[in-house]
Amino acid sequence: MAEPRPPLTLAARVLGAVLLILLLGGVLVSGSAWLNGQQAARQAYDRILLGAARDIAESVRVQEGVPAADLPVSAFQLLAQAPDDRIYYAVHGPGQAFITGVDPESEVQVPPPGSGGPDYFEAPLNGEPARFVRITRRFAERSFSGPVEVVVGQTLRARKAMTSDLMLDALLPMAVAGLALMAMAWLVIRTALRPLEDITDDLARRDPYDLTPIATGRLPRELQVVLGAMNRFMGRLDTQVEAMRNLISDTAHQLRTPVAAMRVQAETAVAEPGEAARRRALERLLARTRSLGRLLDQLLSRALVAHRTDSAPRRPVDLREVALEIMERDDHALLAPGSDLRLEIGEDPVMVLADAFSLGEAAGNLLGNALRHGTPPVAIGAEQRGREAILWVRDAGPGPAPAVTEQLGSRFNRSAGTQENSTGIGLSIVASVAAAFGGRVEMANEDSGFRAALVLPAAEEKP
Amino acid sequence: MMRAWQMLLLIAALLPVPAAAQEAAVRYGSGPVPFLIRSTTDNSVIQPVMERFAELNPDLTITYEQWGSNALFARSRADCRDGSPPADAVLSSAVQQMVWLVNAACAQPHRSPATVVLPPSRRWRDELWGITTEPAVIVYNKRLLDGADVPRSRFALLDALRAKPGLYRGRIATYDIAASGLGYLFAYSDSLEATTFGALMEGFARVDAVATCCSAEIIAGVAEGRFLIAYNVLGSYVANASAPEVGTILPEDYTLVLSRAFMIPKHAAQRGASAELLDFLLSAEAQEMLVKAGLVAVIEETGSGLTASARRYIPLSPSLLVALDANRRALLLKFWSDTFGQGATP
Repeated sequence: MAEPRPPLTLAARVLGAVLLILLLGGVLVSGSAWLNGQQAARQAYDRILLGAARDIAESVRVQEGVPAADLPVSAFQLLAQAPDDRIYYAVHGPGQAFITGVDPESEVQVPPPGSGGPDYFEAPLNGEPARFVRITRRFAERSFSGPVEVVVGQTLRARKAMTSDLMLDALLPMAVAGLALMAMAWLVIRTALRPLEDITDDLARRDPYDLTPIATGRLPRELQVVLGAMNRFMGRLDTQVEAMRNLISDTAHQLRTPVAAMRVQAETAVAEPGEAARRRALERLLARTRSLGRLLDQLLSRALVAHRTDSAPRRPVDLREVALEIMERDDHALLAPGSDLRLEIGEDPVMVLADAFSLGEAAGNLLGNALRHGTPPVAIGAEQRGREAILWVRDAGPGPAPAVTEQLGSRFNRSAGTQENSTGIGLSIVASVAAAFGGRVEMANEDSGFRAALVLPAAEEKP
Repeated sequence: MMRAWQMLLLIAALLPVPAAAQEAAVRYGSGPVPFLIRSTTDNSVIQPVMERFAELNPDLTITYEQWGSNALFARSRADCRDGSPPADAVLSSAVQQMVWLVNAACAQPHRSPATVVLPPSRRWRDELWGITTEPAVIVYNKRLLDGADVPRSRFALLDALRAKPGLYRGRIATYDIAASGLGYLFAYSDSLEATTFGALMEGFARVDAVATCCSAEIIAGVAEGRFLIAYNVLGSYVANASAPEVGTILPEDYTLVLSRAFMIPKHAAQRGASAELLDFLLSAEAQEMLVKAGLVAVIEETGSGLTASARRYIPLSPSLLVALDANRRALLLKFWSDTFGQGATP
């Protein structure tokens, strides 16, 4: 039932990671500083202990066969370098015979003798932890022979103080450096993330219907990639929305007049008393209906083309196959029954990178226009000219009026008097296909007639 | 054989007067809480200070026990070892013994603004504090010794002993270091300070100097004219002896300065009151009273021209453990008795 935490900001994550790294480093450095400090303090004060023990051992004299220590004050002044520490010392002759010591009644447990060098050991001294050194001086006098053992010890206050001093000395600059690093990290992170924040702000402030591209200038490359992708996506969305809006408005516009005309003709047919006249009216109504069906087909085709040119992946397409497919469709037979249709294609493939369906629609429209408005014979073909691949339709007529050619590519021909004439829409489909695949529409009067062509950049030959 | 001799020395050093109890006990105040001080300071000297403290702490009944330093040391040591209830505060002039007790973990710490400002020589481990300032002085009989003959330093004293051995024969006094803890401490400190110590001992021996145990006897002897000069007498005793014939000299070569040490035993029942007593003793008011009592000598104002470098404070430091060391003591006593002949050894 844990409350889901709000997601952390990027800056917080990075800063948190930096802080964690610094903290871990700090712990490691503290540990090592402490160890170093402890070692340094131990060495320093062990030397003092050893020096004092040597002084005391040196002061042992044998007088009348009895060893006695003329305790040197210097040894104790040495030990007083640790001013607040308790001191222990004891001098023993052979067989642990007590010679002198700070307190014969409470002696420290001395470990068994080691190698003979100075032995350091730790033991409690009057209930406080302390460190000791034991050295042995061997006498070989006429009156006395044997080892004299000196044990000197000291509590650990000065060592601990020195350890913590050394540690603090080492850690203080580290702490300052850590803080400085933290501040710098914060600055760097802020600077690095500022573009991202700017984009975030831009997106947050943006109108949800605003599909204009986000400025990518002065952005880091990674962000430019992301933003570029996003801008392309928004651009496509924008185009689609626009296309949809156009489709709706076109459709409404194009359908209003034919539907009104049909209503009038239907009313005429109903009202006509004469059988022959009614029949004529009904035939006109039928023709209108057919024409309307064609118009709807084309509107749909254009919407499909508009959608596909935007979203369908580009694939290598042979324009000859497109032309062949159009030939084999039986649409033209419906448009112009018994017309003379020829196919003119070469041996070599004419390859473009495009969407086959869209090309088919464009070619179909070109062919439809030629069949409907041109003069037979009509020919369809594909050819490659230099770096351009051409899909063309030719008829023997003079071509459309210049006004129609001029309006080529506009979405629809509002001014066209022929309401149910779908030439305008057909050409606009061709024009948008050409634009989508980086080509153009060419219309030219040739010797043999009028030729309308879809010119596309040829694809690189693939082996 | 050897060990027995050593043990004997050791016992002589550490437990010289095992059975002796306090010399006197005085009671201050009548509050419900008993409070016990053991001290080596004469009650008559410290009385005003204790009265004032009792006045400030009406809930206490203060028992002030006056002890000999060795007996006090033995008692405190025994209390520390066997856990019997100790005194609530111990104040002793035998600072080496106090250092020993602190070193043996027989004391407890206390820190207060008053203790923190003490110089390091008068504070050790925050468990031992120097309360007083008492120089070791040379005293002389003003009547019998005219100005020119008054030795201002140890060198002058040595020269005088050489120049006029007849005048001083049998009329120089000093502590018997075997009998007096304080005398031993001064002799030990002298032995650290300068080689004059040896020469002085020889000089004393040549003129048959008298080694005696007690400050009062020495000062009285000087006042009466039995002694012309007494060496290493604690200045405070002179100040309290009210003997107008006795002059004091702070030796110009160096003057030892002793600070009586205050300690709160580890298992003291009234540690709070002990800490209060300590803070009170270090307060300006009590120090003023101690100046009047002669326990705090204002050396700067004596006009003796004693330079700061000539003042040798006997520091409360672990080095004083050497003074208590059995071997060291035996050697010093041996040197002493060798020099002084049979007259000095107990």
